[in-house]
Amino acid sequence: MQSAFQKRGASTVIFLTLLVAFTLLVTVLSEGMGIGVISTSFVKTLGKTLCLALVAISMDLVWGYAGILSLGHFAFFGLGGYMIGMWLMYERTREIVVSSLADAPIPPTAQEVSDAIANQIFGVVGSADFPLIWVFADSLLAQLMLVVLVPGVLAGVFGWLAFRSRVAGVYLSILTQAMTLALSLYLFQNDNGLRGNNGLSGLQNLPGLAEVSQALVSVWFLWGAALALGLGYLLAVWVVSGKFGSVLRGIRDDEARVRFLGYPVETYKLVLFTGTACMAGIAGALYYPQAGIINPAEMAPIASIYLAVWVAIGGRGRLYGAVIGAAFVSLVSSWFTGGQAPNVPLGVYTIKWVDWWLVVLGLSFVLVTLFAPKGIGGLFDLLERRTAPDRHGADLGPDQGALREKEASE
Amino acid sequence: MSTLLEVSDVTVSFDGFRAINNLSFHIGPAEMRAIIGPNGAGKTTFMDIVTGKTKPDKGRVIWGARRLSLLGLSEARIAREGIGRKFQKPTVFEDQSVQENLLMALKNRRGPLSVLFYRPMAAHLARVAALAEEIGLADQLQRKAGELSHGQKQWLEIGMLLAQEPKLLLVDEPAAGMTPAEREHTTNILVEAAKTRAVVVVEHDMEFVRRLGCKVTVLHEGSVLAEGSLDHVTADKEVIDVYLGR
Repeated sequence: MQSAFQKRGASTVIFLTLLVAFTLLVTVLSEGMGIGVISTSFVKTLGKTLCLALVAISMDLVWGYAGILSLGHFAFFGLGGYMIGMWLMYERTREIVVSSLADAPIPPTAQEVSDAIANQIFGVVGSADFPLIWVFADSLLAQLMLVVLVPGVLAGVFGWLAFRSRVAGVYLSILTQAMTLALSLYLFQNDNGLRGNNGLSGLQNLPGLAEVSQALVSVWFLWGAALALGLGYLLAVWVVSGKFGSVLRGIRDDEARVRFLGYPVETYKLVLFTGTACMAGIAGALYYPQAGIINPAEMAPIASIYLAVWVAIGGRGRLYGAVIGAAFVSLVSSWFTGGQAPNVPLGVYTIKWVDWWLVVLGLSFVLVTLFAPKGIGGLFDLLERRTAPDRHGADLGPDQGALREKEASE
Repeated sequence: MSTLLEVSDVTVSFDGFRAINNLSFHIGPAEMRAIIGPNGAGKTTFMDIVTGKTKPDKGRVIWGARRLSLLGLSEARIAREGIGRKFQKPTVFEDQSVQENLLMALKNRRGPLSVLFYRPMAAHLARVAALAEEIGLADQLQRKAGELSHGQKQWLEIGMLLAQEPKLLLVDEPAAGMTPAEREHTTNILVEAAKTRAVVVVEHDMEFVRRLGCKVTVLHEGSVLAEGSLDHVTADKEVIDVYLGR
């Protein structure tokens, strides 16, 4: 165990060093604080990628370590984004309203200001009143707490119901997907108080910092995302390195056996599911101010499936694998779907990557699952020559004449 | 003699088939017992009932001096009450080292929070080392359990059971697939364990049962057919009929 922990310690040090180096490099090359080689929009893309890596870590904890294939973690990510988005949009609109009403002959009352803000925000969905769920929108602190609380409570209630009934495996995946779909369909409705399919927009404009350029803000968010990723990684390493990690991997490999050891498996699953949902919420709260807009389409079930694909391609059950998968696949995805990849003319047919990328991604997911279940992270094992034990065909016992595998399994 | 586990009039049916039929069984606090019986006699189902995996249709399962009923409790709770179970197929966590396997089984608080903040103390590591010595895996502590031989996995599982410090050990065919030397070692471990706790061994192999040298319960069609020393039950006419076929 000592050696295993040291190995994990080594990979943690390498990861954190690379993360710091990456952040410094991007800062130096950025428009906001450096020599301007990297455009502001690309700095934002990199900052967003760090947030995706953080949500991938939460997915890896829940799937790679405990074997719960959740197809809902991107919904928790989106909820985190909505919670911070409410404050950003409210506060920014209030600034605009206050400054525009400042020229009025009679100073506006608080009610008039509030009505004007509501009109600005909800006019697009044909309403002019603040829905009840916006009651804390004027408080940054409250909304920051909701970033963690809303995904946490949803995951807690959902997980309690599901795990208590011993729903596991593919049925749990379907259930989480149904939850995600229901949530995104609900958010698509115009009268739910979150502006329906318009979503929340203008999130890149930080209230009170109107004179600060986006070039600078993008670097701040890059730092914030890098800090969150570093802390999230450390927390995850701490959680999985001790006995808790042992129990989680035990649950993944043989749930019933862990139960017979006396561990309340359902409680463990619930704690992990809820905790990682909170982590996903934080990642989302850092992501959407960089994206500038959040709408229900972001939380569609396909997003959570992408998350699983990232973790699978990066390598389940190792934290840096999840980070590599999220960063690699999401950056390559945006390269292919962004129209930058050159088309491939085949004479009779031209492969347009915008159309074909999903096919390539799906195919590589299938191939990785079948032929390289350890994903990209498995390449590091090859470097270290650490391979899975293969006892097939060997004597079962240490003595000559011990039963062979075939006999024992009969 | 006081009773540790008392199973009375338990019946279980699966789709109309009575796997266990009015079974009654009891065992004392430091006793070794072998359960034998032909296939389908209900040996595994009996263990499932005691460990909470299967709920009986009727009957009582009473545990310990406090006379606690085990019927409403979860598997994990029953395990924490002090009932350990070893499965027929060795089920150890192959992806983890022998030490991690034993540490996980070691008697300690099982709640998520206490486990999250748990870091192995010197005393725990020493206990794990002592257990590893007992099961002959002292020099294999850092190896992954998946790399062990079949017999070593069986021992590791027995070691994990002992680490739980259960008051009752349920052991399903511990000697399956072992060489004669390994069997002897296994016998010694079990006999040693039975000095301080109750051990129930389910076994097909009469030779192995003879070595255990304990009271034998014969199950047939879900109820007790005979009980007594091995010589006594093997001389029983009914038992011979059941084993040799009528």
